[in-house]
Amino acid sequence: MSAGGSSAWGRRLVIAVPYIWLLVFFLAPFVLVLRISLSEVAIAMPPYVPVFDLGAGWDRFVADLGRLSFANYEWLAGDPLYINSYLSSLRIAFVSTVLTLLIGFPIAYGMASAPRGLRPILMMLVILPFWTSFLIRVYAWIGILKPEGLLTLFGQTIGILSGDEQFRILNTTTAVYIGIVYSYLPFMVLPLYAALERLDGSLLEAAQDLGCPPLKAFWVITVPLALPGIIAGCFLVFIPAVGEFVIPDLLGGSDTLMIGRTLWNEFFNNRDWPVSSAVAVLLLLVLIIPIVAFQQAQQRQQEAAR
Amino acid sequence: MRKMSAFNITALTLGFAFLYLPILILIVYSFNESRLVTVWGGFSTRWYGELFRNEGLMDAAWVTARVAFVTATVATVLGTMAAIALVRIGRFRGRTLFNGMIYAPLVMPEVITGLSLLLLFVAMNFARGFWTVVIAHVTFSMCYVAVVVQSRLLTFDQSLEEAAQDLGCPPWKSFFVITLPVILPAVLAGWMLAFTLSLDDLVIASFATGPGATTLPIKIYSQIRLGVTPEINAVCTILIGLVAFGILAASLASKHRLLRTGNAT
Repeated sequence: MSAGGSSAWGRRLVIAVPYIWLLVFFLAPFVLVLRISLSEVAIAMPPYVPVFDLGAGWDRFVADLGRLSFANYEWLAGDPLYINSYLSSLRIAFVSTVLTLLIGFPIAYGMASAPRGLRPILMMLVILPFWTSFLIRVYAWIGILKPEGLLTLFGQTIGILSGDEQFRILNTTTAVYIGIVYSYLPFMVLPLYAALERLDGSLLEAAQDLGCPPLKAFWVITVPLALPGIIAGCFLVFIPAVGEFVIPDLLGGSDTLMIGRTLWNEFFNNRDWPVSSAVAVLLLLVLIIPIVAFQQAQQRQQEAAR
Repeated sequence: MRKMSAFNITALTLGFAFLYLPILILIVYSFNESRLVTVWGGFSTRWYGELFRNEGLMDAAWVTARVAFVTATVATVLGTMAAIALVRIGRFRGRTLFNGMIYAPLVMPEVITGLSLLLLFVAMNFARGFWTVVIAHVTFSMCYVAVVVQSRLLTFDQSLEEAAQDLGCPPWKSFFVITLPVILPAVLAGWMLAFTLSLDDLVIASFATGPGATTLPIKIYSQIRLGVTPEINAVCTILIGLVAFGILAASLASKHRLLRTGNAT
């Protein structure tokens, strides 16, 4: 390839513009969050005492190191509210991921075994809800799940509920599970479908011809070959579900603790910027392992596709 | 070929019912005369009329449309550049970091992205409003564009570009004459994806917004907290209709292109 003066310049530009954008608006803000999480709350605007003034030079920097305050983190460690939110977020996200997998797998399997001509339409039907607003899809469940809502009406009509009995699902953790499974189902189905569609049907036929019962063939052949799809789908559901705010806020009860909601309340209601920054830093630390694992899995697939 | 068993048909039927019933119910009840969600008071378009007289909602809709349009356009340019950098230029210094920054926003919890951007805007003394929401939305949606365009670039034969350049075509010209027409469907899909992502976003916009830049999701969210109303059902129905229309139009257009060019790659 020839690399003339103008083409090298153009090449640099193509890299530099998006690179600098992401450095300034994606990476730099994290450094800022870390910095503010180590400062003290103040009644001012912005409501914190800044540490590390960028323009103040090296001596100030060293002096500031001594002023770092881990008080916010001690506060987080001391208050069971935060620890419980973290644990309960992880638990809710884990249970929802398992439920999404259990519901998503049969759908993806059904899609992969549908006639070839039908598959693009089915895929479109799975993607379509993803394009409609998250908020709207969560909102749709409020009208269904609330005590005097449509589910209760349905229960009374078919006779599960007598007279004035009502389902109490809205504002419970069950409603949060339903909301997460519903909202993230496409993220699970698509990678599963992509893995199952590639699966060679003759393998299953061969197993059957050799006398392997279908259920065993499923566990020995289908599941291992679909594993990349299962892993990708689980990451795509688990990671965002841990930090979810809208679903626990609208469907969960006051006792449904999730860390995204705690951060939001700390920021918008208590106006405690340093503590909410510390919550964000810890949330990121919790998620860094799954995020890096997910990225590496993606990169491997990319290299394989090359 | 595997056969469609009864199990598969049941799984698909139940699965799609689960995905679509809540949305269908919402749409049906937006045409309900009664204010109560559970009581069917007859068909009426009353709430759509009220919607158009609700100035707060209409203002928010206009702000959202402008934010989404500017966001999608900027994000498409930046995302396409990022995709080209990753696929065509290959090795350069800091590539691992760049690749990481493209994939991280896809899975980053929105509360973290929102909070960190707000802190940046405050530290830089940016007045919060329309442009801060645009910057925030561009930052995460350009990564989606990059991923979509990247997957198209990976399947496209590079030798055409190389041949053009060997024959003396400058790189920028070979991009516009050869590369861009081939990746155009992916670029347009990226634009639409960025547009809808911006249209839908509540959490990041809540952090990045300022006076005079209340977007539709922020407005809808604050009304939902007060309770389910047929008016909100009507707004949601219109939004769903617009998105469904856009997607159908896009898929028909791409099918038409395939038929015209006669190759189904």
